[in-house]
Amino acid sequence: MPEITYREALNQALAEEMERDDSVFLLGEEVAEYDGAYKVSKGLLDQFGPQRVVDTPISELGFAGLGVGAAMTGLRPIVEFMTFNFSILALDQVINSAAKMYYMSGGQISLPMVFRGPTGAALQLSAQHSQACETWYVHAPGIKLVTPGTPADAKGLLKASIRDDDPVAFMEGELLYNLKGEVPDPEDGDFVIPLGKAEVKREGADVSIITHGKMVNLAMQVAGKLEKEDVDVEVLDLRTLRPLDVEAILATVRKTNRAVYLEEGWPYVGIGSQIVTTIQEEAFDYLDAPVLRVTQADVPMPYAKNLEKLAKPDADRVVAACNRVLYRD
Amino acid sequence: MATKVHMEALSPTMEEGQIVKWLKSEGDQVSNGDVLAEIETDKATMELVARGEGILRKVLVEEGGTAPVGDVIAVIGDEDEDISDLVGGDAADDESGAEEEAAEPDDEGAEDEEADVAEAEDEEDEEAEEDEEAEADEEAEPAPKKKEAEAPAAAEDGERIKASPLARRLAQEEGLELASLEGSGPGGRIVKRDVEKAVEEGVPAEAEAPEVPTFEPDAEEDYEDIPLSQMRKAIAKRLVQSIGPIPHFFLTVDVDMTRMVEARAQVNARLESEGVKISFNDIILKATAMALKKHPECNAHWGGDHVRRFNRVHLGVAVAIEDGLITPVIRDAHRKGLAHIAQEVREMAGRARDKQLKPEEYTGATFSVSNLGMFGIEEFTAVINPPEAGILAVGGMEERPVAVDGELELQTRMKITMSCDHRVIDGAQGSRFLQTLTAILEEPLVALT
Repeated sequence: MPEITYREALNQALAEEMERDDSVFLLGEEVAEYDGAYKVSKGLLDQFGPQRVVDTPISELGFAGLGVGAAMTGLRPIVEFMTFNFSILALDQVINSAAKMYYMSGGQISLPMVFRGPTGAALQLSAQHSQACETWYVHAPGIKLVTPGTPADAKGLLKASIRDDDPVAFMEGELLYNLKGEVPDPEDGDFVIPLGKAEVKREGADVSIITHGKMVNLAMQVAGKLEKEDVDVEVLDLRTLRPLDVEAILATVRKTNRAVYLEEGWPYVGIGSQIVTTIQEEAFDYLDAPVLRVTQADVPMPYAKNLEKLAKPDADRVVAACNRVLYRD
Repeated sequence: MATKVHMEALSPTMEEGQIVKWLKSEGDQVSNGDVLAEIETDKATMELVARGEGILRKVLVEEGGTAPVGDVIAVIGDEDEDISDLVGGDAADDESGAEEEAAEPDDEGAEDEEADVAEAEDEEDEEAEEDEEAEADEEAEPAPKKKEAEAPAAAEDGERIKASPLARRLAQEEGLELASLEGSGPGGRIVKRDVEKAVEEGVPAEAEAPEVPTFEPDAEEDYEDIPLSQMRKAIAKRLVQSIGPIPHFFLTVDVDMTRMVEARAQVNARLESEGVKISFNDIILKATAMALKKHPECNAHWGGDHVRRFNRVHLGVAVAIEDGLITPVIRDAHRKGLAHIAQEVREMAGRARDKQLKPEEYTGATFSVSNLGMFGIEEFTAVINPPEAGILAVGGMEERPVAVDGELELQTRMKITMSCDHRVIDGAQGSRFLQTLTAILEEPLVALT
C-alpha cells in the first residue's frame, strides 16, 4: 500500500469525488488560486475549473449560507473553513439552517453538503485560533461529525461524507496534514469508509483509551509507552462522533473494564462527557474504575509556549490516567 | 473480617423469627456451618447456621426476642476486631439498640467509641467530597489519628461497602460476600483484582443464599398441564368475583362405616403383634388416595393459567399443634399400604407437634384431608390450601338409626364434606369422586377391586 500524507489523502478524496459526481464543488477562502491555505485543494482548480473550485471573500457566514442554498437546490457543496475557529461566524447557517432544514421541511429538503477544515490547536496560535470545535457542531441534532485521525481514514471518510445526503462536519487537524500513513492505491478501487463506525486502532486487554481525531496518534504513543510496563492498552478511535458507534464503545469497556477518554477540547460538556454517560448508562456493571478524561485544561489556550504545553493533553497525563483506572498508582 | 449474622428465611413464608435458644454464647469460637441458634419460624423450629468464622462477638437479639428476616441478630468477628460500627450502625437507626449498647456494663468506653465512630463517618463523608489527589495527600500524612486507624479497611461505613460495579458483579457470580473481601483501591474500594485474588486463594464461598427447601417435583413426577378453555377461564373469573380468591363449594356425603369398623377391628387384631394400629383416619387417607387416583380431575392444582392434574397422590394431613396447624404430606399415598401410611402419619405428626418438620415435608401436597371427628364434630367445612383444589373435612362417627328397605337399622355413620375449588373441580366431578370414596369406605372389599 502506498504511503501518502493526510493532506494528499484528502486531496485524492476531493479529486475522486469531483471526478465521479459533477454536482460536487468546493468553495472557501483561497481554495482555488492559492491551492488552499494548507494545500489540500492543490491542483483542483486546474482539473475542474473555476466553476467548481470557488474562491470566496473572507465571509464565513456568507459562503456557508451559499453552500446551504446550493445544497438545497441539489448540488453537493464542500465548504472549506480555513480553520473551524473561523466557522464560529458561520454557526447560524450550520446549526439553524443546515442541521434543521431536513426536519423543518418535513423531510422534503435534504442538504448533502460537507463543512471541512482543521480543528484543534496547532502551535502557539493563542486563544482564538487553537480551539477544538467538535462540541459546537455535535450538540445540535441534524448534522453528522467526522474526525479522521489517519491518512486512510481522512480519505475514506471524506469520500463517504461527500456522498452522504445529510450535512457533515468534517474536522481535520493542522498538525495532521503532514502525517504519513498507508492508504489503499486508487488503482485498487474505490476506498470508502462508512460513517458511524469506530475502529479499534490497537487491540489491548487492560485499559481502553477511547478518543477521536488527532488524539488517536497520542493514544497510540501512550499505548507503546505502557506496553514497556506490561500494560496492554486498547485504542478505540471513534472516527465519527455523530452518529456515535455505541456498540464499539461498550465492547471495549466490556473487554477491559476501564476506560480513559482522550480529547483535545475542553472538559466542560465536552465529547468525553457524552462518552462517559454512555458507558455508565450501558456498561455500568463492567466498570472496575470510574471512567476518566484527559482534555485540554479548562482555560482559553495560552500563547506562552510553556503554558500552552501545560494546557494541552500530553502523553504523561494520559499515562497517569491509565494508571489510575488500573489502580497502579 | 467481621460477619453479620442475619435472621434468615427458614421457611417459604417466614417474615420474622423468634430466637428459641442461642446454642453459642458471646465469646464462643464459631466455624462455618456451626449451628448458632434455634429459630422458631411460622411453621417449625429451625436451625440457624453460621456463615462465617471467628468468635461470636455480639448477640443482638436475646432468646425469646424476634427479628424480621434480614435483620442482623449477631456479629461474628476476630477476637480483637473492632465491630463497633457493625453494632453501632444498627444503633443509629434503632434507638432501643443504642440504649442496649450504652447500658452495656463494664464498657465505659462505649459512648466515646460511638462518638468516635460518628466522627469517623463524618470525616469519611468529607473525604468523599474531596478529589482523589487530596485523598492521596491525606494518605501521606504521618501518624494517622487513632480513630482513622479504627476505620475499617474495607471502607464499610455502616452498610455501604465500596466496590467497583464490576467487582460487585464478579463477587456475586463467584458467590463471594463483598464484606469478606479486602479492598485495594482508593479508600478501600474493592476492585476486580481483589475478587480475582480471593477466588485464587479460595476464600470460603458465601453460603448459598439461604435456601428455603420446598418440595420440588422430581423427574418422575407425573402430571399433566391442561390449558384453560375459554369456558374454564370464564368460570374461574366469575366465581372468584363471587367467593374469592378461591371459589369454594361444598359437597357432603354421609357414609356408612359399619363394615369398615368391623374390618378395622380385624386388621388391628392381626397387626397387634407387630405393634401397628390403624386409625380410622389412616383408612380415610388410604381410601382418599385410591379415589383420587381414579379421579385425577380432583387431584389437581390451580396454576393461574392452567390446571395441573397429578397422577401421583401426595396427601396433606392436617395436624393440630399447640398454636396452629400444619399439614405434613404423605408422598405417593396411593402406593402405600395402610400400615405404612399409619406409621408415617404417626411419625410426622409427632415431629410436627415438636415443630421439627422440614419445609419439604409440609409442602407439595396435591390434596388434603382434615379430620375433626375426634373432637366430636359431626360435620364441618375445611378451607382449601392453595394451590390445591380440594380438601376433605371428616366428621366424627356415630351410631344412628337409618332406614334400610323400610326397616330401621343401626349403622355407624360418618359425614365427609369436600371443599372444591370451582375453578378446577365442577360439582359433578367432585360428586363422582365422593361416590368412589364412599364405595371404598362402605364396602372394604371394593378397595381390592
